[in-house]
Amino acid sequence: MNSIAAMPNTANTPDLDAVRAAFPALQTEVHGHQVAYFDNAATAQKPQVVLDRIDQYYRQENANVHRGVHTMSQLATDAYEGARERMASFLGASDSREIIFTRGTTEAINLVASSFGRSFGPGDEIIVSAMEHHSNIVPWQLLCERTGARLQVVPVTEDGELDIEEFPILLNARTRLVALVHVSNSLGTINPVRRIITDAHGLGVPVLLDGAQATPHAPVNVQELDVDFYCLSSHKMFGPTGVGVLYGKAEHLEAMPPWQGGGDMIEEVSFTGTTFNEIPHKFEAGTPNIAGVIGMAAAADYLETLGWSWIKKQEQDLLGYATTQLSGIEGLRIIGTAPKKAAVLSFLVGATHPYDVGSVLDRLGIAVRTGHHCTQPLMKQYGIPGTVRASFAFYNTRPEIDRLAEGLRRAAQMLA
Amino acid sequence: MSVLTERAQNLIEEFELFDDWMDRYQHVIDLGKELAPIDESFRSSDYRIHGCQSQVWLQPGQEGANVQFRADSDAQITKGLIAILLRVVNDAPAHEVAGTDLAFLDQLELKEHLSPTRKNGLDAMIKQIRLYAGAMAARSSQSS
Repeated sequence: MNSIAAMPNTANTPDLDAVRAAFPALQTEVHGHQVAYFDNAATAQKPQVVLDRIDQYYRQENANVHRGVHTMSQLATDAYEGARERMASFLGASDSREIIFTRGTTEAINLVASSFGRSFGPGDEIIVSAMEHHSNIVPWQLLCERTGARLQVVPVTEDGELDIEEFPILLNARTRLVALVHVSNSLGTINPVRRIITDAHGLGVPVLLDGAQATPHAPVNVQELDVDFYCLSSHKMFGPTGVGVLYGKAEHLEAMPPWQGGGDMIEEVSFTGTTFNEIPHKFEAGTPNIAGVIGMAAAADYLETLGWSWIKKQEQDLLGYATTQLSGIEGLRIIGTAPKKAAVLSFLVGATHPYDVGSVLDRLGIAVRTGHHCTQPLMKQYGIPGTVRASFAFYNTRPEIDRLAEGLRRAAQMLA
Repeated sequence: MSVLTERAQNLIEEFELFDDWMDRYQHVIDLGKELAPIDESFRSSDYRIHGCQSQVWLQPGQEGANVQFRADSDAQITKGLIAILLRVVNDAPAHEVAGTDLAFLDQLELKEHLSPTRKNGLDAMIKQIRLYAGAMAARSSQSS
């Protein structure tokens, strides 16, 4: 495996061509064009080192974890638990027992809703915001149905920021949890989470952050944030699909009941009663996604080797360039203009439907997302059926953005 | 050759006249613009086709033994695809529409331009048209 060559040179600024060459899927042809992949907020492409790591696991190390005395099982367990250490350091957690592997952010939130939320009762309140992804709305609605708790919603301003003045008003003695998106998937807004956590903790209220769109773009340190729960998805940060992390403070996780039963999560089982394993295993019933977990750790390695300062610089350059280029298109309206944004550009072109624009762009080999981006309440607030969303990663280029702008002009002409 | 197959064949030939995808798309969009409007009362969730990412409403209708659908969408390309579909089925006997699989769209070289979600939406619409046509055919045969 030529994975060394595929890694960018860390001593210097990474070379963009070399970085792009490390992502096989970026070479894909779509309708005769090399794909311009602007759907990174839906899922990001995978570098060769991640693919190689998964391949190596299946070829050489495949065995079940936490089970066998045999060497391969121990190798697999070492790799799996090593990945836990890796993800703990990736998130700045002090203790790897605070890292629970899940199927992704959605499952992480559902875990907290099912387990931490079990003690919620009638009249208790959960605060979310109007810019949440459905995966940070529906688990709480289901919890409210079960327990009689209520959802309180922090409004969003016209430019796509949290109406932060409203937050302290919603926060009260009945609030049991604040569950908030760190970076908005449909607008790109970076929320002022430190201030929210400080305010919430002032009343003893724990905070969960949906970090699915934050971890691909910037380092996150859960200890510095003092956040209670933090959720991420591997596939959005250049790792494999079907795996993610729930970080939880040990004090919470230890007090929480298990949410799924099965192997690995028990200490002792009998028909008169079962005792449960310690954290993190208490929350990982059944054989986990071993290859996925190991691949996710390889993605974390990749990102940190590439370097956050370069990643941020590259993405902010792309966002600024795209904002300028697209703003020059007649009738184009950007949805979400908060001053602090991740590299996401949501927009509408005149009166055209996002699906029509997306279909024309696809024919030009340009991959964007169209629709409501699983944030229907937010789209309703703006009174639109959805948007076209271009979400950038560090491997995108200015010439690709030129193609996008040109494609949008053609689409506007065809759909006029 | 049934009337449906004949119409589908005509459409395929019509689309073969266009060399490039942009012209083909443009034709689809233009066909959508010619679509007869639906009655406002049909623009409701009862008549909405689920499975489409854009909104699509289908208004069933009948003239004698023949089907007479109207439909609308908030997206232009979708509307054009509906227009193509209705050009084939409208004024054709209900029993024939119910009994034909309407897969001709695959041959218009449009299928590759349809995103999977749009393809699902189209399949949902074809299914709904055939269900309505089946019900109309059953009613016609009872009353005759």
